[in-house]
Amino acid sequence: MPNPAADPLLPVPFRVSKVGRETADTFTLTLEGTAGDQGFLFAPGQFNMLYAFGIGESPISISGDPERPETLVHTVRAVGPVTKAICGLKKGEVLGVRGPFGAPWPVAAAAGQDVLVIAGGLGLAPLRPAVYHLLSRRRDYGNLELIYGARTPEDLLYYKELESWRGRFDFRVHVTVDAARGEWRGSVGVVPHLIAHARFDPVNTLAMVCGPGVMMRFTVQELLAHGLKTENIYLSMERNMKCGLGLCGHCQLGPFFVCKDGPVFPYDRIKDWFLTREV
Amino acid sequence: MDTPESSLTSHPFFQGLTPRHLSIIGECASRVNFQAGQFLFREQEEAAQFYLINHGQVAVEIFRPRRGPITIQTLGEGQALGWLWFDKPYHWHYDARAVQLTRATALEVKSLMHICEQDHELGYALMKRYGHMLAVQFRVITLQMADMYG
Ligand SMILES: Cc1cc2nc3c(=O)[nH]c(=O)nc-3n(C[C@H](O)[C@H](O)[C@H](O)COP(=O)(O)OP(=O)(O)OC[C@H]3O[C@@H](n4cnc5c(N)ncnc54)[C@H](O)[C@@H]3O)c2cc1C
Ligand code: FES
Repeated sequence: MPNPAADPLLPVPFRVSKVGRETADTFTLTLEGTAGDQGFLFAPGQFNMLYAFGIGESPISISGDPERPETLVHTVRAVGPVTKAICGLKKGEVLGVRGPFGAPWPVAAAAGQDVLVIAGGLGLAPLRPAVYHLLSRRRDYGNLELIYGARTPEDLLYYKELESWRGRFDFRVHVTVDAARGEWRGSVGVVPHLIAHARFDPVNTLAMVCGPGVMMRFTVQELLAHGLKTENIYLSMERNMKCGLGLCGHCQLGPFFVCKDGPVFPYDRIKDWFLTREV
Repeated sequence: MDTPESSLTSHPFFQGLTPRHLSIIGECASRVNFQAGQFLFREQEEAAQFYLINHGQVAVEIFRPRRGPITIQTLGEGQALGWLWFDKPYHWHYDARAVQLTRATALEVKSLMHICEQDHELGYALMKRYGHMLAVQFRVITLQMADMYG
């Protein structure tokens, strides 16, 4: 089923059908098309440009289940004018959607291999659709491990879902925080350090990594130290965006446009730019 | 048989050590258990023992007056606890508390230091492991301080 926008530069109105609070500043919005029956097809890792009317547009990853196209789900952290406006929307209010855009996670290429899904902070949002996909085709993959880190237990996204994933026999979930008070009985430490606790065969493992730059840099170092091949490490990159279509050049990363060539890249393709501070 | 020496052999910290060295270290090792909630040590106490965790989980905490403890790290199976035992004033700077039932191997610090002085080959083998442990701790703490999920 085609997505609503015939013209990729034209935002299509979607209505907020549910708003859930994840953390103090992060909300998950469920949207439904105002035009009627169309579902919203996308691949895990793709993003939309969300338009808060009268304020502006931001690239936001799709965080819902690709096999449930009847709803469109985004998880948004309020950091500035656009994201604050989006997080302030109430049930029934409308925002504009353009997309989906960008290169997805290589879920098909991962078949037959062990898969490490590694997320830091808000980075779990773009990876959640990949997790849904991997779990819905569980038999196609080897060991499946999620490693997720956040600042504190209060900053963890999808808390209930993490608990239910943890209850599965075929999915190992490692969650860690930088510091914890009170009742937290989980791990306190950092994501790169947890890689040593995951079970995988390095030569037959594909890693999907999303999080802030520092976390991804140290995670990549650790994955390489554990023997993963550079071409089997995938990262989701962030850049400021305008068009989302590879037209304006706003999101340039070396020779690439993150909106069109990414946001998901194999590490070997971007490593020169990934480690260069000036780009 | 589950002896202190056998638990040393199976612990990653001592991987690669010769049987002779393991048996010397085994002399200052004992098996210890901690119930959930029990302290392994508290800030300011003498760092009399150094722990290798065999099973379970331990929280390293800083106690903040009026605000209670904050966990800054957890350590589990295969990890070593106590990176301050080799430095003056030989006191713990943190609290360490078992999160769940924890089995560990405790090594007497004074005997360990004595052994290192007597047998420099063993001392060097131990210091390499200790140095590695410090390097890992250093990396973890710098990343925590960088607030990398920000
Ligand atoms: C491909 C892609 C996918 C993204 N997916 C998501 C998503 O799923 N959920 C989400 O909430 N955001 C996501 N982002 C980031 C989001 O696009 C930006 O946070 C948003 O554009 C900020 O716009 P603003 O007008 O609210 O704030 P701005 O005025 O642009 O920024 C306000 C302040 O926030 C800081 N800031 C900007 N971006 C970020 C950021 N990513 N993290 C922390 N601080 C930031 C700025 O430096 C500035 O200080 C994604 C970005 C890209 C490129
Ligand atoms: S946002 Fe315009 S080229 Fe990428």
